[in-house]
Amino acid sequence: MSLSLSPEEQAIAAGQDGAGMAMRIVAESARLLGAPRLIPIASTHIDGALYHGDSGTLFAERLVESGAKVAVRSTLNVGALDLMGCSRIRLEEPQRGMARRMMEAYRKLGCEQSWTCAPYQAGHRPALGSDVAWGESNAVVFCNSVLGARTNRYGDFLDIACAIIGRAPDYGLHRPDNRRARLIFDVSGLSPSFLGSEIAWPVLGSLYGREVGNAIGVVTGVASHPGEDALKAFGAAAASSGAIGLFHIAGVTPEAPDVETILAGPEPEAVIRVTPQMVAKARAGLSTTAAGKAIDAVAIGSPHLSHAEFDRLERLIAGRRLAVPVYACTGRHALALLEQDGRRKRLEASGVVIVADTCVVVTPIMPELSNGVLMTNSGKFAHYAPGNTGYAVLYASLADCVESAVLGKPVFTDIAA
Amino acid sequence: MSAAAEILVPGKAGEGTALVLTAPISFWGGVDPKTGRIADVRHPQHGEVIAGRVLFLPGTIGSSSASAVLMELVHNGRAPVALVMHEPDAILLLGLIVAREMGWETPIAARLERGAFDTYRGAVVTVAADGAVSAAV
Repeated sequence: MSLSLSPEEQAIAAGQDGAGMAMRIVAESARLLGAPRLIPIASTHIDGALYHGDSGTLFAERLVESGAKVAVRSTLNVGALDLMGCSRIRLEEPQRGMARRMMEAYRKLGCEQSWTCAPYQAGHRPALGSDVAWGESNAVVFCNSVLGARTNRYGDFLDIACAIIGRAPDYGLHRPDNRRARLIFDVSGLSPSFLGSEIAWPVLGSLYGREVGNAIGVVTGVASHPGEDALKAFGAAAASSGAIGLFHIAGVTPEAPDVETILAGPEPEAVIRVTPQMVAKARAGLSTTAAGKAIDAVAIGSPHLSHAEFDRLERLIAGRRLAVPVYACTGRHALALLEQDGRRKRLEASGVVIVADTCVVVTPIMPELSNGVLMTNSGKFAHYAPGNTGYAVLYASLADCVESAVLGKPVFTDIAA
Repeated sequence: MSAAAEILVPGKAGEGTALVLTAPISFWGGVDPKTGRIADVRHPQHGEVIAGRVLFLPGTIGSSSASAVLMELVHNGRAPVALVMHEPDAILLLGLIVAREMGWETPIAARLERGAFDTYRGAVVTVAADGAVSAAV
């Protein structure tokens, strides 16, 4: 089936302005994807403003110079700089200047200065069943799975091009039939105490991503809603270890009131029965080193910390002084609340380094160490930190991360699956 | 030997020594955008440089920033002289589509069955503007 553009779309594509450029980029992508047409979208979340090199900055500035503006609500994912000045970024000139120009160009295009990988906790929550074009793998999976809005994984350049023309290629997860589950991921064999623990969801997400790959599955055996931050951690981990764009949890996520409703056929193509052994292996796989005598830092907030997660962090620290820094990555939406009640100052006085607008795996923040050890409670940080920062990773619960940061050495509480 | 391949993204015809990858690659994190060197230590062709080569790709994996890396390679003059792919990867090829929109000279990308890749290994290969892939004997 070949792509068919409306007369209006063809007229836009013929233009020499920024909208023409954007329309041609979206249409060429649609042709490669085999989409028959473009569909209107309600919003975008843009991952393209993170600096990877000068060409991306020049592209964004070309769009600005040619008069382009986003046609729909568009939030921005993290950039390479902390524009709020909470943390010190070790990016050198001339890259630093080019990264700043890039962030500035996206602002001029009309994007909201959200600078967060958790836009869904910063007031950007598209309606169930609406079509949107989102980038950033954890945001995509949350948007599809927890909100029930429809998006594919929109990569750099295509995200802003869709935002400018307010349209996206009609394929993949925009089509209801492609959103149905083909396999079951059954966690009923795990203990309720493990499922109620805070490490359950990032660890299960990491296992889910590896087992399910790019297929669509439904999780069964979950007795009650685990909370939005747990689903955020599950999706982020699953989208790091696999190419997950959408998951369902029977009785929890909006498109899966029960298993039967969301399955594509009368029988699933496969059933993965999760055992405590599988969980133990997945949990161990999140660490890349054995626990030694010391840790150098703790990093949390991938995806960005919510206000509720800062509450937990503060309760766990309980006014103590940290021996090694806790890098707490978040967005302006949570930072604003922290500043209102004086908590930012209290946390920083304890030794927490708040990182806003960006995070520790996308831009150089933590000191360069040859044998650094980082502890984290994030499945996503565990996946990307070794390659992007050079630190070895120890995976642990938030409570253990905080205790370890207070003592400067790794502490683990046993949580059996 | 020669084969008529389908054009995925039009571009400048290219000639160079074939680099046939034996495993899929993630451009983001897998290829250094400044040099074109394959940086993924787990990739079988780790250490090879894709710049100036006719690059045969059996598949691509990973990040949605692959397009940004390919465009950066074009901008830095470190792109392959042609890409030959088993199947189109819209995210990667977007790097060429956007670079063309920027007015930069981009290599052609053509589609060829991966079963035919082996016959080009190590040969000097030309990908013509009409998509024909041929090797000097």
